[in-house]
This record gives sequence, C-alpha cells and structure tokens, in this order.
Amino acid sequence: MARLIVLGGGVAGHTAATFAADWLGREHEVVVVTPNSKWNWIPSNIWVGVGQMTKEEVTFDLAPVYNKAGITYKQAKAVSLNPEGNASSDKPFVTIEYTGQGKAGESEEVTYDYLINATGPKLNFAATPGLGDANGLGEFTVSVCTADHADHAAHELAKCIEKMKKGERQKFLVGTGHGMCTCQGAAFEYIFNIEHEINKAGVRDMADIKWISNESFMGDFGMGGLHMKVGGYVVSSRIFTESLFAERGVEYIIGAHVNRVEKGKVSYELLDGSMGEETFDFSMLIPPFAGVGLKAYNKAGEDITDTVFAPNGFMKVDANYTPKPYEEWKASDWPRTYQNPSYKNLFAAGIAFAPPHIISKPMKSPNGTVINPTPPRTGMPSGIIGKAVAHSVCDLIKKGPSAHLHEASMAEMGAACVASAGKGWLDGQAAAMTVYPVVPDHEKYPGTGRDTDYTFGEIGLAGHWIKHILHFLFIYKAKLKPFWKVIPE
Amino acid sequence: MAVRPEEFNFAKNDKFHTAMIPGKTARFFRTCKIWQFIRFVIINIKMIIVVSKSH
Repeated sequence: MARLIVLGGGVAGHTAATFAADWLGREHEVVVVTPNSKWNWIPSNIWVGVGQMTKEEVTFDLAPVYNKAGITYKQAKAVSLNPEGNASSDKPFVTIEYTGQGKAGESEEVTYDYLINATGPKLNFAATPGLGDANGLGEFTVSVCTADHADHAAHELAKCIEKMKKGERQKFLVGTGHGMCTCQGAAFEYIFNIEHEINKAGVRDMADIKWISNESFMGDFGMGGLHMKVGGYVVSSRIFTESLFAERGVEYIIGAHVNRVEKGKVSYELLDGSMGEETFDFSMLIPPFAGVGLKAYNKAGEDITDTVFAPNGFMKVDANYTPKPYEEWKASDWPRTYQNPSYKNLFAAGIAFAPPHIISKPMKSPNGTVINPTPPRTGMPSGIIGKAVAHSVCDLIKKGPSAHLHEASMAEMGAACVASAGKGWLDGQAAAMTVYPVVPDHEKYPGTGRDTDYTFGEIGLAGHWIKHILHFLFIYKAKLKPFWKVIPE
Repeated sequence: MAVRPEEFNFAKNDKFHTAMIPGKTARFFRTCKIWQFIRFVIINIKMIIVVSKSH
C-alpha cells in the first residue's frame, strides 16, 4: 500500500486528491493536508466582496467530502519536508502542524511514498509596509483573497455607499498592492463590480473610482496581454481594457509599485521612476504571492530548502530555470510534468510550482525597482495541472517507476476565463475570454504568440450567465456529486 | 439635448480620449436577452473547443 500526500486543498490540490483517490481506490491511501476546514470557490469571492453572495455560498466543509472520497484529511499546515527521511529512517516524511480537528498546535511527522505540493500561495501582505504584516491583512485596506476577507470588504463597501447616499463623496482605489503582484484579474473584476453596485445604488455621481496596477499596459494581466480576433481584426487586450475603463469612467494608474499604505493614502513609484501618492476612502489592493515557506532537510538534517525550492518559495519542477534575457525566453522553458528534478517522488501543482520566468516583459524603474506582473497559475490551468500530476503519481504507484508521466505544459494548454463586470441575471456583464496557449509560443505563432482562432473575448450578459453557471458547476464538482468527473477542470 | 454617455467619457481625460467607447447600439446588444442567448451558445461552443484542446 502506497501513501500519497497532497499539501493543499485548493483548486489544484483538491483536483489532484479527489482524482487520485478515485483512480487508486482503497488499496492505497491519499492524505490531504490543508490548514483550512472549508473549500472556497475563490472566483466568486468578488461577489461576496460586494454583498451579492454570502461566504457560505462560496465555501463548504471539506471533512464530509473527503470522508465520502476515502481521503484521509488532516487540518494542518505543512512545516517542512524530509525527502530523504532522517537519521533513523529512509522513509521520506513531511512535518505538519495541526490547525484544527481538536489538535491545534500539535506536530506530526507523516511519511509518504509520493507528495504533491499544491499549497497555493502565501498572501504576502507584509511585502508592502502598511498593506499588512506577517499575520495577514492590515487595517487600511480590504481584500477579496479569502471568503472572510471578502465578507469584511462587503461591509466596508456598504458603509461607503451609505455615506454617498448622505451626500458624502467617496474615493475608491482598487488594484495591486506591490510591483510584483499577480491576479490582476481579481482586482479587475472587483473594481467593475463595485462600479456596478454603486450604479445600482444610484450614487455613481458621488464616487471617484480609480485603478492602480503594476501592469506596464492595460490588459497585460500577467500574460503579456493577448490578441483576440474581433470583427475581422486581431485586436490587443489593451484596446478592450482601455475601452471598458473609459466606458465606465474608471481612471487608471499603471506601471505602479505601491511601496507604502497608510490610513487613506498609498504611496507609489512608477516605471519612469517618479513617485506619487493617491488618497482613498475605500481600497482593495491585491498582495503579492510567495511560497508558503516550507523548509526542506536532508537525511543528515541539513537545510536543503534551496535545492527543493526556488528563492521565492515555490517548488522547483522540470522547468528551465537558466537565467536568460527576455528575447531568449521560449515556450519550452515551461514545465511539462511538474516533477521535482532532485526528488522524483515530489511534484508541484498550481501556484506552488516555480515558473521559469515571468510571461510579461520584465520592467524596472530607473531606480532599479522591479515593476511587472508575475505569471497567473490559477483557475483552469491549476486544475488541469493538478489532474495531470495525480495521473502521473497513480501510474507510478500502479505501474512502477518507469511509468509514463503525464504532461500539462502551460505553453500547450489554453484557458477559459470569465471576468465579471457586474452581477445580475438581467443586467450583469462579464468579459468571457479564452486564451490559447496560456504562455505565448513565439516560435509557433511568431506574431502574437498565440492562436488567434482560439483566443477571443467579448463582454456582455452571456459572459455573466456563464460565470454564474460555472459557480454552481465547480462547487458541484468539488463536492463530488454524481458525474463530477465529467465536468472539465 | 442630453449628452451621449460616450461624448461625456471621451472628454473626461486624455486617456479616455483615445479609447474605443461603445455607442448606444453596442451597449444595447450587450444586455439584449435574445442576442446574448445566441452569444451564450456560441461562447460556450468556443470554450468547449479550447477546453478539449487543453486536456
């Protein structure tokens, strides 16, 4: 009997664990280690953040689902890996610290045959003074990164709307809280959902809404932008994004590294090296992501964290990490199997794997400050990678170490993305987009880097219907209801 | 005479002045239920193709 440990119960981890448990059956053990007691459909957090959904609607308890699937569930956070075992045993193990199940604070060493690291990111609020600290979100801004954060954001937003109804003008600032953030899409969705709700409340003329982002151009989204075929033209996402901001009257600051947050004010540096300040009454700034800080030790107890993890804390996999200039980046630099090069029974999935480099063009201010988005590895790619990695591990367990590893390169997969611009079955809107491939391949598509037959986008009510239906569909799938396996990632 | 929304937004600042802003017809079709139902079917087909190419 083999044991697979999956660290993390988000999109990648939950997908990997549930498929692995299904494919392996009861002959082998699948263990999920996650500090959370609930699963969260994060894309719907933006609707919680404007009071259009409750946090209960976007979360559910993990324990009964894992019980049904025959998965051993440990509500704990992983602290360190010993991929060679220790002085007394050759068996690799992970040290975990419980956060629930009546054992909070207790440590345990759990041995494994295979391990999938799908911890997701650490929300690194501490990277920007004032945005937060080691304990998380600070007091000056709100967040929609978790359901609880989003619930808090909704209450703060409601207070602002009440003030506007009483005639007090309010300023909203939404975007990225650091020069190296990813997930601009979530902030993009949130700012337009705020605008939509303020419009519905009849106080749009009392609101100044501004976007602040580390993107060097509008519509970069951490993917270097994308080109879509529309009306016979191949058009940059920049045109579409600028159009939506102009249409909704939302002003923007781009190429910005937010370097300090204070009560009602952010300070920032721009790509041209200039400094600026922006005041606000309400602000939601996405934090940068980092690895969760797992340590690794060899058999002798020596620290080998640098061997297993990249400096940003994400796990090294089969990517080409050789530093090289932007002009020499290739699609083939991106990982295919997500297997750790040093320890073949270690895999990473979703945000937890270390990308070989960013996707957007690297940018620095004249002061040397890096200001560019980091690559998105969430949503559909996360799920597909989680499933592929689970498939590889199951084959290794069932067929032996020579089994073929399954591949899911982000340079060969597409992604469907629906970005909400306001919720409502009759008056909602969303930008429905597909991008193929996620990582541009300039050897195959020398112009735009992507296949324009499969890269498209349009905004409208249909997009909202799709996003809302996906909300129900993916929660249904994650709960392992009948036929869950036929729903694609 | 009421000012058209796009007229107001074009004039708001230099960035908006060079942006593509939808007019009344484009805005209407974005929330026209019949047209959006057709788009719903088409977008879903396109997404299913991309999803199937990615697995």
